[in-house]
Amino acid sequence: MTTPALLDIRDLTVEFATRRGTVQAVRSVDLAVAKGQTVGIVGESGSGKSVTSYAVMRILDRAGRIADGSVHFSGIDLRAARERQMRDLRGREISMIFQNPRAALNPIRTVGRQIEDVLREHAQAGSGDARRKAIEALEQVRIARAAERYDAYPFELSGGMCQRIVIALALACRPQLLIADEPTTGLDVTTQKAVMDLVRDLTRERGMATILITHDLGLAAAYCDAVTVMEKGRVVETASAEAIFQRPAHPYTRTLMRATPRPGIGLRDLLPEGSAAPMPPSPDPREILLTVRGLSKVYPAKGGGRLFGRRRDPAGEFRAVDDLSFSVLRGESVGLVGESGCGKSTTSSMVMRLLDASAGSIVFKKVELADVPARDFARHPLRPKIQMVFQDPTDSLNPRWTAARAIADPILRFRTVSGAAAIRSRCEELARQVGLPLDLLDRFPHQLSGGQKARVGIARAIAPGPDLVILDEPTAALDVSVQAVVLNLLADLKRELGMSYLFVSHDLHVVRLLCDRVIVMKGGRIVEEGTAADVLERPEAAYTRELIAAIPHPPARSAA
Amino acid sequence: MLRILVDRLLTTLPALAGVVVVCFLLTRVLPGDTAAYFAGPAATPQAIEQIRKELGLDRPVPEQFGRYVTELARGDLGQSLTTGQPVLADLKSRLPASAELTLFGLVLALVVALPLGILAAVKQGSLADHLCRIVATAGVSLPVFFTGLLLVYLFYFVLGWSPAPLGRLDSFASAPPTLTGFYLLDSLAAGEVETFRSALAQIALPGLTLAIFALAPIARITRASMLAVLGADFVRTARAAGLSGRKVVITYAFRNAVLPVVTTLGMVFSFLLGANVLVEKVFAWPGVGSYAVEALIASDYAPVQGFVLAMAILYIVLNLLIDLAYGLIDPRVGSAAA
Repeated sequence: MTTPALLDIRDLTVEFATRRGTVQAVRSVDLAVAKGQTVGIVGESGSGKSVTSYAVMRILDRAGRIADGSVHFSGIDLRAARERQMRDLRGREISMIFQNPRAALNPIRTVGRQIEDVLREHAQAGSGDARRKAIEALEQVRIARAAERYDAYPFELSGGMCQRIVIALALACRPQLLIADEPTTGLDVTTQKAVMDLVRDLTRERGMATILITHDLGLAAAYCDAVTVMEKGRVVETASAEAIFQRPAHPYTRTLMRATPRPGIGLRDLLPEGSAAPMPPSPDPREILLTVRGLSKVYPAKGGGRLFGRRRDPAGEFRAVDDLSFSVLRGESVGLVGESGCGKSTTSSMVMRLLDASAGSIVFKKVELADVPARDFARHPLRPKIQMVFQDPTDSLNPRWTAARAIADPILRFRTVSGAAAIRSRCEELARQVGLPLDLLDRFPHQLSGGQKARVGIARAIAPGPDLVILDEPTAALDVSVQAVVLNLLADLKRELGMSYLFVSHDLHVVRLLCDRVIVMKGGRIVEEGTAADVLERPEAAYTRELIAAIPHPPARSAA
Repeated sequence: MLRILVDRLLTTLPALAGVVVVCFLLTRVLPGDTAAYFAGPAATPQAIEQIRKELGLDRPVPEQFGRYVTELARGDLGQSLTTGQPVLADLKSRLPASAELTLFGLVLALVVALPLGILAAVKQGSLADHLCRIVATAGVSLPVFFTGLLLVYLFYFVLGWSPAPLGRLDSFASAPPTLTGFYLLDSLAAGEVETFRSALAQIALPGLTLAIFALAPIARITRASMLAVLGADFVRTARAAGLSGRKVVITYAFRNAVLPVVTTLGMVFSFLLGANVLVEKVFAWPGVGSYAVEALIASDYAPVQGFVLAMAILYIVLNLLIDLAYGLIDPRVGSAAA
């Protein structure tokens, strides 16, 4: 490199003291960021990408320490710097923005005051002009009515707005380096695009360098000059963004690339080459399993509802789901897509009969279910026939139950099988179906990996032999390589067991891979409906086009 | 805000009614015969019967209750048979003494426990952390009458630093003009430094006894709550923004950690009201606690009922204040209640 790097990390090793001895979270990592350059660090959970950035900022947990290597920023040795000097650098020279913006802000301090705190700490403002400068900082991240927002608390703002505040906070003192740690995870795609564009524009304007830490290869490709891929604490590959997507050299990079859902591929293409049999064509569905007609959910007006930037009628009531009609055939999977607040989860809760509909009918297996009150549905004969797989595989399992007990729960509840031995053998059969090794059945959730927990959740859902399974973002919390496996498992199970899926998701690519038909929702209504290929490749509604355009795409590859 | 206040006060009415009924019934079930006690050991059965009639104790219980409630509605808490004074007057003169002692103990405990708890959380595993644990364990394990006696033995009997543990002022000083009923404040307001010093010397040991008792839960909760908040994302943001350690710990972490501490404070205060009864006995403190105990031993119903009612009202008011404090500390509470 001709120009001296702004940030130069050499041979960095970070250790954590745990109860089972020291663990090396980051091993001999080399990374250089030049002035004005944007570098992506890509990796799955546990790859050490966040720990690397915390080590640069020297904000590691008490248990963590830099064991070896050097970190230089503009010629300053950060490893040897005194804490006082580090405090000056943090926020003024190197800033950070985080995942989960709402939690990253102090919940009981107005956002304006939080920006002021940073400005004053670094002597960028005095008591006289702090307020004005904080409002300027808010205006720079394109927050409308900044003077009003100054007095807002984080809970009064949307997630995307909170992330803008965090960015304003990070950029308030005009630092030279911005570290963005998964800045858009948990945000909608359109919000993600807005936030990332904002970061790119602001850093470009100011000639800042950026490190973008993400698990999303597409995002890294769209916004970075160079990409570093990490696996298990090591850097496996560093190259320019273009090169890494055209000619991924390391096998891990290739696996990661393959597993990322993208246009023009099938489910099997996500898995490593030659590892799975080709997908047989799905049977042609004929019989109608579920029909929803005129389904609505209306919430009465409430104080504080002004935060929903959504259409409300004059009476002030909030129509979460508005006159929705669709049907699901036997053996078919239907995707319900939309951004947060579009009513997709409310719809699935009503179909699942967890929530009473305000109006409309739900006919499942020729029985009207909308009349059954939600609290009585638990004892309804059709209850075992509708099951659900939840978004967070960890939180949806009882931490004090073994995998076997969790899977057996619906069996015990519906008494489909009786006798301890019979239940156990049914659990084992289910575990085999979802590909969970039998010796893991007696483990507790904290002893299982994310993918294994997802399998337990799926086994539990299919235990009573359902006809309809509602999948509520079942892979949103999983790494892409695990997501690839779980999606394929779901597709195989559906065909083997002849089930139908109602797949709720915000990720259009994932929906296209798994679903036959797609319903795009916005503001409680259906915007567009059609076969997955039609909706994604020839979208008709403007909103669908907007959604698709917002997804960051990895550049097309010639070879895998 | 006023609406919330009124709503909150209305919900306390059933609780108060329950306190009145239960307290009345409990005093009637207690063993011991008021009439026999006041007639004295040499009284004839006729004399006892006479007294019983005068006190209205020969009437059926529902009728007695009716009369009690009617009088209560007029603000009449009855007459104490031991002191011969109206219970209301007795409580009025003694409540400030108890309140002063309790608040003094609580403030003392806060002054020590909050910094200790914060320090223990910030420097987890350090000397301060261990000290916090030892103080907390000792505080909860030692009963108040024992710590009280121990302190008296040490500071009065052995070292001779503190005055005789007899009341709120030493026998040569006179009470300051009543303003709040708190001698410490009243003497300062009147500019009587000598009286203030005397009052402080007297309150030091009983106050310390209560403080040691109250210290443990406050320090523990402060530490636990601080630990949780220090691990929160927004504290990491504050650190990453280069804010000073003081700003991060006090403005960002502690203000968020204070809610559970305030909740505990309410509970600790009610424990202290109970502990007060014993401490007042040990230090001959002329408060409502010792008053109630004496009345109870004498089977003197009216003061006991008055005491329990006064404590219930005090506790309700305190909880109301805590609820309001929540709204001030956490903006989310206020908007949820609206």
